[in-house]
Amino acid sequence: MSNNIRFLQGNEACVEGALYAGCEFFAGYPITPSTEIAELLSSRLPKIGGKFIQMEDEIASMCAIIGASLTGHKVLTATSGPGFSLKQEALGYAIMAEVPCVIVNVQRGGPSTGIPTHVHQGDVNQARWGTHGDHAIVALTASNHQDVFAMTVEAFNIAETYRTPVVLLFDEVVGHMRERLVLPEPGEIPIVARLQTSVKQGVNYHPYLAREDGRLPMSDFGGVHRYNVTGLYHDMWGFPSDEPQIINELLHHLMDKIEHRTNQLARFKEFYTEDAECLLISYGSSARSAREVVEKHRQRGERFGLLELLTLWPFPSDLIRQKAAGARLVVVVEMNMGQVCQSVRLAMDRPERVFLSNRVDGVFISPSDIEKTLNLIQGRGV
Amino acid sequence: MPVKDYIRERFFPQLWCAGCGHGIILNSLIRAVEKLGIDKSSIVMVSGIGCSSRIAGYVDFHTLHTLHGRALAFATGVKLSRPELHVIVPMGDGDALAIGGNHFIHAARRNINITAIVMNNRIYGMTGGQASPLSGCGILASTAPYTSVDQAFDVVQLAAAAGATFVARSTAYHAQQVTEMIQEAILHNGFSVVEVMSQCPTYFGRRNKQGDAVDMLKYMQKITTPIGSKAKEENPELIERGVFVRKELPEYCAAYDNVIARAKEKK
Repeated sequence: MSNNIRFLQGNEACVEGALYAGCEFFAGYPITPSTEIAELLSSRLPKIGGKFIQMEDEIASMCAIIGASLTGHKVLTATSGPGFSLKQEALGYAIMAEVPCVIVNVQRGGPSTGIPTHVHQGDVNQARWGTHGDHAIVALTASNHQDVFAMTVEAFNIAETYRTPVVLLFDEVVGHMRERLVLPEPGEIPIVARLQTSVKQGVNYHPYLAREDGRLPMSDFGGVHRYNVTGLYHDMWGFPSDEPQIINELLHHLMDKIEHRTNQLARFKEFYTEDAECLLISYGSSARSAREVVEKHRQRGERFGLLELLTLWPFPSDLIRQKAAGARLVVVVEMNMGQVCQSVRLAMDRPERVFLSNRVDGVFISPSDIEKTLNLIQGRGV
Repeated sequence: MPVKDYIRERFFPQLWCAGCGHGIILNSLIRAVEKLGIDKSSIVMVSGIGCSSRIAGYVDFHTLHTLHGRALAFATGVKLSRPELHVIVPMGDGDALAIGGNHFIHAARRNINITAIVMNNRIYGMTGGQASPLSGCGILASTAPYTSVDQAFDVVQLAAAAGATFVARSTAYHAQQVTEMIQEAILHNGFSVVEVMSQCPTYFGRRNKQGDAVDMLKYMQKITTPIGSKAKEENPELIERGVFVRKELPEYCAAYDNVIARAKEKK
């Protein structure tokens, strides 16, 4: 029992989650603050017969995992801001070709090279809109190592279930902080295996024809079914098409398979939200300080609550509307210029009660930083 | 098996312009696979973007039509995750050596067992005839209206210097030689590069007054010569055809299998 307890970095917790989920292939490129994920997997993957490759650049890493996924493996890459920018084209390819894969972005300060060793959460909207064209994406996050592990497993499960790339948006504080992780026993968290087609050899297999439940069974490259995969608009065989109806249907399918499941995909945690007059909304490492503030005010008998988002995309608007319905004041705590705050305002019927408590100077937002914002909002000065 | 059993007939006639050399290369490639008797289901063809890359749509293998320049990066993922598969990567000159130049040299450096075919027509055809890194000086292109002042890469020298362990060059005129080279490249255990000089009568030929497809093919015959021929001694301007590099070095996937063995030993 006790040997299931680890004291480690968030990046290491992510690796443990990936291996638990069945990751067998990693391609990456060194970048702060995500490098430990690559380093650790270079040691761990070959031990289980998996493959690790350090590619020539971030772009190639993203491409390589897509190739490896198509041969039937669960795949991962990890990066940070500038690397995430470089991966965007191939991320769009994985969306279009519906190739399951997981991309970790341990966020640092941007834009550009920014502040590599310090924390920011400025890539939230990039995760949503980084690649060109209309599309949908799933992005998950976590504030502590147990959740880093769980969300990493979840990312692989969602990627397989919906044949989609999933982004794990961690941040430098979570990635480098050390704390306890209790490793779940095998089988304790359900694992979604690659859904293989039941179509037999010699019978037409359609890689892009959904079953009744909406899922698209796959056939490994190298298997009995030979088909085409492309980033062009394509028909149910995977062959390029410029038929208006096919283009229209495919784009709607790519959007709907994620966006229509927004509530189903909404992972979150809540603390004292039932009667909260002041609702804090936060995610990632910022949520740790937000929770501290909420606990302190509760001890004083003040009706504070915290909604901690674990799913950032598709944005859980219904959830937020529901949890914030009774709140007089909603404060979004994050380390950027208000990226989630903006989405919260769009989700709310009275956006004027939504305020931002942020910090963007590379210093971790503390409970006292949040208190200062609360004082200002409530007209009490700093 | 007849050639038609290797193609996806419903997509023919293909989209290449009349007189394009790429169809000849497709033919040579299929004949190479046919002669080797390789099971179609054990071949993955990975291509990028451009005229050449459309070749993947026409062959009845596992086919992965990817992003401009990135075919070798995708192919590396395919090959390393399933080393028993034959991975063939046809690329255009711009695809392989401009936007994809980094992936090209690193795939060569790793000596991963992938067959790269550079279909070199010295022009960006799909976008309408822009200069490529293989156009060379003095060439007219839609982005070089006063002739190109860019030096060209020599694919053979570049591939060899980067570490490719099989490097060959021929032309669309010498279709049978191309078949033999692709056969040997597929069998070669390491990163192999076959450069096939190809004609683009529509953009390169017309603009540079090289005549029609037949004229261009004859021209390729005229300007090339077998490696080490007497003609080359007399005329150093001639481009050599043949196998330039053929050597055995540790192959990447096999080397990684050793990594796995060492990792499993170490507790």
